[in-house]
Formats: sequence, C-alpha cells, structure tokens
Amino acid sequence: MSYEAKLRVWRGDADGGDLQDYTVTVNEGEVVLDVIHRLQATQAGDLAVRWNCKAGKCGSCSAEINGRPRLMCLTRMGDFQEDQVVTITPMRTFPVIRDLVTDVSFNYEKAAAIPPFTPKPREKDGTYRMQQIDVERSQEFRKCIECFLCQDTCHVIRDHEDNMPAFSGPRFLMRIAELDMHPLDTVDRKEFAQEQAGLGMCNITKCCTEVCPEGIHITDNALIPLKERVVDKKYDPLTWLGNTIRRRTP
Amino acid sequence: MTDLHNYDVVVVGAGGAGLRAAIEAHDQGARVAVVCKSLLGKAHTVMAEGGIAAAMGNLYPEDNWRVHFRDTMRGGKMLNHWRMAQLHAQEAPDRVRELEDWGALFDRTKDGLISQRDFGGHRFARLAHVGDRTGLELIRTLQQRAVALGIDVYMEHTITRLLTGPDGAISGAFGYRRVDGEFVAWQAPSVILATGGIGKSYVVTSNSWEYTGDGHSLALQAGASLVNMEFVQFHPTGMVWPISVKGILITESVRGEGGVLKNSEGRRFMFDYIPEFFRAETADTEEEADRWYDDHANNRRPPELLPRDEVARAINAEVKAGRGSPHGGVFLDIASRRSAEDIKRRLPSMYHQFKELAEVDITVEAMEVGPTCHYVMGGVEVDPESQAALVPGLFAAGEVSGGMHGSNRLGGNSLSDLLVFGKRAGTAAATHAKASMAASITQEALADAEQAALRPFEEKSGDNPYAVWHALQAAMNELVGIIRNADEVERALATIEELKAKKLSVTGGRAYNPGWHLALDLPNMLRVSECIAKAALERQESRGGHTRDEFPKPDAEWGKLNLICTLNDDRSGIALTRKPLPVMPPELAEIFEETL
Repeated sequence: MSYEAKLRVWRGDADGGDLQDYTVTVNEGEVVLDVIHRLQATQAGDLAVRWNCKAGKCGSCSAEINGRPRLMCLTRMGDFQEDQVVTITPMRTFPVIRDLVTDVSFNYEKAAAIPPFTPKPREKDGTYRMQQIDVERSQEFRKCIECFLCQDTCHVIRDHEDNMPAFSGPRFLMRIAELDMHPLDTVDRKEFAQEQAGLGMCNITKCCTEVCPEGIHITDNALIPLKERVVDKKYDPLTWLGNTIRRRTP
Repeated sequence: MTDLHNYDVVVVGAGGAGLRAAIEAHDQGARVAVVCKSLLGKAHTVMAEGGIAAAMGNLYPEDNWRVHFRDTMRGGKMLNHWRMAQLHAQEAPDRVRELEDWGALFDRTKDGLISQRDFGGHRFARLAHVGDRTGLELIRTLQQRAVALGIDVYMEHTITRLLTGPDGAISGAFGYRRVDGEFVAWQAPSVILATGGIGKSYVVTSNSWEYTGDGHSLALQAGASLVNMEFVQFHPTGMVWPISVKGILITESVRGEGGVLKNSEGRRFMFDYIPEFFRAETADTEEEADRWYDDHANNRRPPELLPRDEVARAINAEVKAGRGSPHGGVFLDIASRRSAEDIKRRLPSMYHQFKELAEVDITVEAMEVGPTCHYVMGGVEVDPESQAALVPGLFAAGEVSGGMHGSNRLGGNSLSDLLVFGKRAGTAAATHAKASMAASITQEALADAEQAALRPFEEKSGDNPYAVWHALQAAMNELVGIIRNADEVERALATIEELKAKKLSVTGGRAYNPGWHLALDLPNMLRVSECIAKAALERQESRGGHTRDEFPKPDAEWGKLNLICTLNDDRSGIALTRKPLPVMPPELAEIFEETL
C-alpha cells in the first residue's frame, strides 16, 4: 500500500530560495500535510510549515500544491498519480518568511481596519430575538476559517502588489457583507467598502469562491450583494433626496 | 539580546479562555498582552464542535443552574471542586449572552432565542451552538472583540519560562518569536496561563500541535501545583480510518442529533453498559430511547448519551471482545436515523470532514469511530473564585486549570468553562496588577533563560527531537491510555525517565525552525506525562477518565482525595501528595438528594 512519492518543496526565505527534491514514503489515505510532517521528522527537521488542527477547521496549512491554492490537510495524496511529482510552494501573494510559511499580516491589518460590530440594544427581557432565516446569511460567511486562500488567489493583489493598500481582498469584503447583513448591527459600512476596502476593484471572476475550502459562495452571496447595496445607496435618487432633505432639517 | 515589554497582565494563549481573560482584564483598565504560539484565531478552541453548555432554559424552562450543577458534578463522579462547578453553572448563561453583544450568531429557536441542543450527561437540551462549528464562532467572536478593543497580540511567540522575583511572585514571562527566533520578555505582575491541554503526548488524539502541556509545565516550574492529572478524557468518537486521520474528532452532536452506536453484529451495544450510577436516568429499551428525542419529560436518555468516559470504555470493550468494525472501531450510524437533508443541515462539518478525509458519505453509510485522547481534566490547582495559582500573580483558566470537571468533563462544559473562568481570571489578574509594584526582570534571569533555550543548537551528538517525541507518544498511548494497570504504567515511567535523560540536537538556524520548537516543547510533554503516569499509578480505583484494570470500581475513600503534583526538591521530577477534597456545603449537597 505504501509507495515512495516524489516531492518538490520550496525552501528558502525572504532573500531567495528554490525548489528542492525529496523522496518520501506515503501510506494509504494520507494527505499532503502527513507527507510534509514525515519529511520534517526524517529528512528536514527545520522545514518551516504552519499547521494546527489537520482537519480543515483552522485554516493554517495553506499553500500552493501543483500551483493551486489549497489546504495541505485536505489535499489527499490519492488525488495524484504515484509517479507524479507533487510540488508544494508557499502562497505567492504574501511575502515569504521561510519555506512554506508566509507573512500574512496584511490580512490582520485589513481586519482591524473594518469598523467593528455595533449592536442595537437588547430587548426588554435581556435577549435578542432573531429568526433562523435571518441569521443564516451572515452565518454562511462566519464559516470562514481564515485560511486566506481567497486572498492568495485574488488577481487584484496576486498580480498587482501595489493594489494591496487600497484593496482588502475577498475575505474582508465578505466580512463587511457579513456585518451588513447581520440582523443586529447598526453601522453603515457601504462607503467604507467602496472607498477604503476597494470593493470596486473586484470584478467578480469568482476565483475566490473556487478555492474556498469551506465552499462559501463568496462572490454570489457576499460580494455581488454588497456591490448592489453600495450602488443602491450611491445612485438611488430617492436615497439621495431623503439624505438631502434630512440634512436640511435643523 | 531580548526585547523587553511592559504590561500589567500577560495572557499566555489565545483560545477561548485566553481571549476572554484578555478582554476582561482590558475592560478592568489593565494594559494587556496576549502571547500565542499560532496565528490569532487558530487556537484549539476552533475545533470545538458541539456547543456551549448553559442553563438558559430556552427550550426547557425547567432547566436552571442547579440542574446543570448536578449534571456536572455527577458527570465528574463527584470529584469536581464544588465551588467551581457552582460558579460555572450560575454564570454560563450570561457569558453566552454577552457573545451576542459582540457579534456571535447562534442557531435560533422558533421564538427567535438561542437554540440549545442535547448532549451526553446533560438532563436538558442545553448547548448553545452554531451547527457543528461552535468553537469557530466562539473564537472568531472573541478575536474580533479583542481586535476592536485594540488589545496587543503577540502572534507566533512561545513562552519557555515564567519569571519570578526574589519573593517568589510573578515578574513576567520569557519566550521566543517563531518568525526569527529572537527572544522576547514581558515584564508584568500578573500572568494568566490559558495554554490548553496535553494531547500531543499521545499518538491518537484530537488535539492540535499546540497541546504540549506548556502551561502545566510552566506552572510547575514556577512553584505552582497541579491537581487531578490522572484524569485524561478519551473522547469516545474519533475517526479511526484512514490511519492518517485517526483521532480526529467526531462531535458528540452526532449522538445528540439521534446517531447510535452499533457493533459488528448490528447491536446497539450501549444498552449493555449502563452503570448503576446512571441507571435511574437512562432508557433501557430502544423504544424509550428513541421517544426521548421528542419528549424528554416522559422518557429517559438514550445510553449513547451517557458521559464520555462510560461510552469510551464501552467501545473499548466491544472492540476487545471482537465485535469491532473492520478498522478497529465501532459504527456510529446517523444515516439510517435522520434524513440526508437534516444531517447536512445540523452536522455540516461532519459531512464535509468525512467526505474530504475518508471518502465516506455519512448520510448513506455509518462512520467507523473509536476513542481518542481529547481533554485533560487535570491542571493547575487554582482558587475557584479568582483562578489564582499558588504562586502570587499566576492565574490559570480553561483546560490548563484543574478541579472544575473532576474526573470526567461533560461535553459542552469546556466552552462555558473557558468563558466563565477566563472572565474571572481576567478580573483577578487586573486587580492583582493594580495592587502590585511594577515588575522587574533581572538581566541574569534573562541570560539564563536565553542560554537554556539555545542549548539544542549547541548539542552536536544528541537525539532527533522528532524521534524522542514519537517514543513518548507511543509509550503514553500504549501504557497510560484508556485502561491502565500498574505494570504498564511503571514501564511508561521508566521510558519517560530514559527520554528525560536524552540530549536533543537540532539542525538549521533560529528562524522559524520547527525542529527547535519541538525540542523546547518536549520537556513540557515529558513533565506532564510524568504527572499523568505517577498519579495514575497512585490512584487505586476506577473513576471517570482513569480506569485501572486491577481496581475496576470507584472507591469511597479515594472519592474523598485529590492527588497533587509539584516539582520534587531537586526539580528533577514530580512529587505526589494526597489532599482531601473540599467539602460541599449542605445547601448544595441537598441537590443530590432531590428526585428528578
């Protein structure tokens, strides 16, 4: 059942590096992360890799496997031919720290910039009442495990590093959508989405949705509705009129 | 050179307990730093699936803290610290509600309230949940709250030592930054340990790499004590196949939602394993058990929902008797019990996990399951009100603390424990800091900590840390597992001594070097393993998460005793002492006389 797999793993740091060839034993049912761990334990003790749960729940072991952004813990070795070389490289969009580990601080900065959740007051009995159907839309986005594969694959920043200051990426545009659809939240983030998070730069090519290991419909359920809401607010003549009249009221 | 920071409160760990503690200490006006081994939002709490136990009474108005308290104490076979169990049951509902103020979106009842689900050992449906990804919701909510408050988080930093002043009180913590391997120290009069558990000392475990017993070990070295270390919870339902995923958790919610356990003969074997202690409240026919899901008032709980220790032992016994599944587990069947649509809606992560990792469709086939090392009931001995350890300025909350769960933790009581005692630790740590002089760490102490951390690079002919780790895991798994006997535990202790004597060598440099990180984690794993094994050898009875082959029954005298671990005089190993259990006041003891 076991076989010797040919692996090419990117080794190096911010100053440069290259792909190195390894031959590692693979057992039935194993995933790429198992093989990386075996490589670490037997041949390359200092091979840098992030991981936590090894069950697709924490989103730590993101990498590019044969060029495709994936979680190493959810990529089965059985998906490849036994004689096929499996190439594992770090996420390309983020600066390399070492080997397969990248500096993902961009994401934490974008998260911190979003105006925080601000709820309306509780009901008189101390509870919040919400219907299941009303919480489900935001719940879908809260399934996000922050693996940042959608950020990695998004061509707005993958191919144009200079866009990073002006663009938050699909993960955090989705977070804005989540708050926008949250039944209790009271803050309007539409202008923030457009002006600060770069919503307009997204041209809905759905690459983010395709790589999401949680199967969240990022484009259809978060980004497009958010764009529609922003447009409604911006161009709806009634909204404009309402705002203008209200502004006149002393 | 070590980077030096100054804070009032340093929280070690960014799971549920650590983040809740940090938020509270911040709200109390303290300058707070959170130091965590992984990126923010990746802590082991994300893996909690089922829910947060809290007697909110949203589905069963007759539920209240007294019933929750009773369930918790009985689940722990009465070895719990009564005051912790009481505070936990009383405060959990408020801790859940405030998560909603911070953006959490729980599943709802028809009335629009937080929905609650059934779980093992809980008399009423009590677990606030979000599908089967409640831990993720909890950590994301607390993470987003901590970020909104502007709390400093030192991600990917590992603490290797707690520092104490000449009076023995905490003066700070020392560690390294993974990214470049440089050293960092935080001067602070209060340190809260929230480092989680010890599962990585076992081969088959549901725990993530961070669970190397760091907090347990740091506390011992600083002069604190551990309680109940012999009690390790083996969750009854881990994956067993393929080998590479062996141990990954399958939530108890599968059984809460109607799933049943069957052996190779197709028999619902849990009816054969109902212990006397729970007989009065457990259904003894399949008909009654099946009616219970819709009518709790007139039927008793299915035996599949007995506390985890009971179910894990039963599965172990079935497999040993030759009635196991092809890969050495038993069958967990939800497919024949609920519609495919219901399963996907209520257990989406489980559906996804089996599809991706085992190519099994749980809406069609039964899962193969077996016990997996999941949780340590034992931990730092703390004051129930403040979570203060024996060392002034040291606090512990969550899995790293002991006493709350006695000899066995009920499912759902962990997430609530994190919130209730995380908050309490945060308050107490902030108060302690206010009353303390500014902490100061000496250059000598820093130099000594640096030297100790660099030793694996200087050792040229030592062992590979991965090999030593695997040897420890094998010994603990085989010899101090779910069923124990004196011979095997003694052999494990001999192995631990051999491994302790080994020198470790690492290759490569200091920047993000997992081999080095492991070499520094290993002494912690060895130290907690020694605690578990020594206490397991000493306790000559079976109770909760500790089962002795030679002493298969609980013993009334042992039921009055805790075992306390401290470092021995020459700091080379663990010393064990017996300590009487705190006595419950009569007004609480009455609760156990009440008929259900």
